Amino acid sequence: MLQLYGKQITSRLLLGTAQYPSPAVLKEAIATSGTEIITVSLRREMTGGRTGDKFWSMIQSLSRHVLPNTAGCHTVKEAVLTAQMARDVFATDWIKLEVIGNHDTLQPDVFALVEAARILTADGFKVFPYMTDDLTVADRLLGAGCEVLMPWCAPIGSAMGPLNIHALRSLRGHFPDVTMIVDAGLGRPSHAAAVMELGFDAILLNTAVAKARDPAAMAGAFAKATEAGYAAYHAGMLEPRDVAVPSTPVIGKAVFT
Amino acid sequence: MDVLVRGSGVAGLSVAHELRLRGARVTVFDPWSDKRASWYAGGMLAPYCERESADQRVIDLGLRAADWWETTLPCSVLRNGTLVLAATRDIKELGRFGARTSHFDVLDEPAIAALEPDLAGRFGKGLYFRDEAHLDPRRVLIDLATKLAGDGVTFVMDLPQEAIGGFDEIIDCTGYSSADGLLRGVRGEMLVLRTADVSLSRPVRLIHPRFPVYVVPRQDHTFMVGATMIESDATGPITARSMMELLNTVYTLHPAFGEAEIVETGVGIRPAYADNLPRVTSRGDAIMVNGLYRHGFLLAPAMAVQAAKLVFEGRNKTP
Repeated sequence: MLQLYGKQITSRLLLGTAQYPSPAVLKEAIATSGTEIITVSLRREMTGGRTGDKFWSMIQSLSRHVLPNTAGCHTVKEAVLTAQMARDVFATDWIKLEVIGNHDTLQPDVFALVEAARILTADGFKVFPYMTDDLTVADRLLGAGCEVLMPWCAPIGSAMGPLNIHALRSLRGHFPDVTMIVDAGLGRPSHAAAVMELGFDAILLNTAVAKARDPAAMAGAFAKATEAGYAAYHAGMLEPRDVAVPSTPVIGKAVFT
Repeated sequence: MDVLVRGSGVAGLSVAHELRLRGARVTVFDPWSDKRASWYAGGMLAPYCERESADQRVIDLGLRAADWWETTLPCSVLRNGTLVLAATRDIKELGRFGARTSHFDVLDEPAIAALEPDLAGRFGKGLYFRDEAHLDPRRVLIDLATKLAGDGVTFVMDLPQEAIGGFDEIIDCTGYSSADGLLRGVRGEMLVLRTADVSLSRPVRLIHPRFPVYVVPRQDHTFMVGATMIESDATGPITARSMMELLNTVYTLHPAFGEAEIVETGVGIRPAYADNLPRVTSRGDAIMVNGLYRHGFLLAPAMAVQAAKLVFEGRNKTP
């Protein structure tokens, strides 16, 4: 079972709640995905710091764990303030920490990320940092008190799938016991299976589901692929070989060519 | 038949018109405020484009909207279609948009230039939805109210409690101000720009992976630029980020917009149900017409017809 800061989670798929055609469709996608954790963006959907909006009531009525994020924050200060606001609104100390370094690619500012992570863990937050696939950054974030890491596999919303298998493999290899969730960049279920086959613990999705023609069906497809990849990793996969190896011995057959 | 219509946004006025056509005596009650969402609308009658993210029912209900407006207010509708464009690096998004919509032609650079000469050389590919139309929401709201007043509809800004019992039927078209707990507000922010350096003949939508923006030409060299979609019912002024995103996109459409005057910024709260589709519901002492979301001018006519039929063909009053 997936362990996130002491919480036991069955589903290995986390779902974002932005960009769906309607809240009704979002609800349906959450149901078919079987996800237990949904992320919500506080900053983007909350003009003027208002709380108690209908959208939030709807989110909370879904009875899933809410993982608020700091999407849209560009500085340590903004991210910390947003995290504190999220703790009040959702009554959770979980925070998916995003500090954006480049508005266009939405690449994380890893320096500010580490600093914000340090401040927030000291303040009692359980931080889920959205990071690149860099080993050193991972190391610093663990040093800052993070117990879960969320490396990207491609830029947010890009649907490109894992771009640097080597980096992801090396992250997994260096930190075998750290819970790691691949966040951002997945486009199709085969991408989810591929990263899970590398031994990652879970995936987080939003755009690939929200912008699919049928979001609910796509959420279901991703859930299956995630499970398949996870099961395959633990079942021990055959490594590719250069020569053909017959699965049935041919010795003893009447003819072999 | 004596009917009270609460609300004089696009829903209320459309309902009043349909009732008047059927011979009802109509009173429209609205303590005037500028809060109504339709005052800030784009006024696009673009059912095919909306299908990109909306349900098929938006097309079914909205297909005849342009005809309804043209019949109701002659010369109010411009049938110049919609042009959908994307910046070069987002060109793949046009494919995605096209895969989810129908009734368009794919245009190359010269074809775009032929439609919109000021955009010549700026975009290599576009989608043209020739059957779509647009109108000027504010002109239409004012003209329709004037026409209704001329047809004998009474407009009142306050209504004593004892007067309410005198009506045979009440229709609530008060948008997000209504007490309907199933509604949520979706904040929309818009700008009005003025420049004589660019002319457009039709609404242009610029696709961007994160925030689609449309520019609707209005009279006197003005352009309505909208609109954000934020899950919030906060009515405060437009945020710097939203303004920046809208301006950035319009600047991508044509750099001359960089020199335009910002004539106005506005914020409206769209009333929406969970499926983002409108409803006409019969509730005890009133009929509710609500949930028009971002489709006020597109769907109000169909909803008004439904509501008027409910009034005249009878309904089962349930407590």
